[in-house]
Amino acid sequence: MCALCGVLLTSHWAERGSGRRDRVLRVRLLNRVLGHFGLELGDWGGRVYMLRDRKGKTAVVDDLGSLWTAAEALAGRPLDPLDPALVAALRRG
Amino acid sequence: MLVTGFLGSGKTTLLSRLLGRPELGETAVIVNELGEVAIDHHLLRRVDERTVLLANGCLCCTLRGDLADELRDLLSRRTRGEIPPFRRVVVETTGLADPAPVLNTLLAEPVVKHHFEPGPVIATVDAVNGLGQLDREPETVKQVVVADRLVVTKTDVAEPDAVAALEERLRALNPAAEVLEVSFGETDPALLLAPGARDPRDLPAYGAPAHDGIHPFVLFLDRPVDWTAFGIWLTMLLGSRGEDVLRVKGLLDVGAEGPVVLNGVQHVVHPPEHLDAWPDDDRRSRLVFIARGIGKEEVEASLAAFAFLPGEP
Repeated sequence: MCALCGVLLTSHWAERGSGRRDRVLRVRLLNRVLGHFGLELGDWGGRVYMLRDRKGKTAVVDDLGSLWTAAEALAGRPLDPLDPALVAALRRG
Repeated sequence: MLVTGFLGSGKTTLLSRLLGRPELGETAVIVNELGEVAIDHHLLRRVDERTVLLANGCLCCTLRGDLADELRDLLSRRTRGEIPPFRRVVVETTGLADPAPVLNTLLAEPVVKHHFEPGPVIATVDAVNGLGQLDREPETVKQVVVADRLVVTKTDVAEPDAVAALEERLRALNPAAEVLEVSFGETDPALLLAPGARDPRDLPAYGAPAHDGIHPFVLFLDRPVDWTAFGIWLTMLLGSRGEDVLRVKGLLDVGAEGPVVLNGVQHVVHPPEHLDAWPDDDRRSRLVFIARGIGKEEVEASLAAFAFLPGEP
């Protein structure tokens, strides 16, 4: 429990035990994926992420668990990692 | 430890016998229903299934409020000395229950997850009626897919051919689970409680769907994956296709001395465990997927594109 804001601090399984450097790397990798859908992610103070689309609409997300729901809502379409177009784009680099 | 299985498949008989064994001492038991077979146990509790549906409406992400309340109550009563100490809790689900919300409760409820570590999921399947139930009852299929151990019961009254056909079907449906035969609930608790899983290298290459579009397959990766990139890939896959990824389980080479143990049921993923060493000289990542309507090739291609994304700019 955070003494200041009173919220339960939970760590998502994919982010547990990771440090500042991992978080920077995670944002960089996520932006390669999210860019395909016209989205961009930023780190906000090492606590939450800020997701935005090209029109300036934003969403604050806590972790990877809630990121994809928010990203799908902003993008207005499913974000499927099996999508052949996304896979081809990632392979091209 | 979670014991699941369809109505009349022998859950309670198995549990009654197990609880009489010294290996299962200091165990509390939570059941949903008091069946025809009575369980004689000093720490027996009954709960009424009560689920809390979350905003996204996903069934596997529901919290079983009844179970969380009961587990918290057991903890506080143990602390106050009102009940004998216990080291293990066995939860027996109803025959129609989906085990995924039970696992989600153990892994996501803030108090429960700090005091309890999920043990193996054991599903009983009746050797006489099991094949028919798999065809007719979707709950049975889900229970089989989620299990770590599959216990084929009533083998003393079933024809040997029927037992063999059922076991073949179970192995095709859940290649990650071990299949054990039991009659009258007699079994070695060590076999049920042992950690670890069937080695995917022993698995045949499954080509055809095992049941109604459910397709188990195994992936091997020859080089280490970046854990951060893998986490992004799997959370994205479960975010978009989680209801169809019924199970993902295996060992992952992340470039460390030992592998990471991965175990997930739909959207519910156990905290990954880092092992100090590999079980043998083969250090390839090995992942078992049991998925509906998702093919091995597309998962392989997608994972390769994500997991080997260069980590540095």
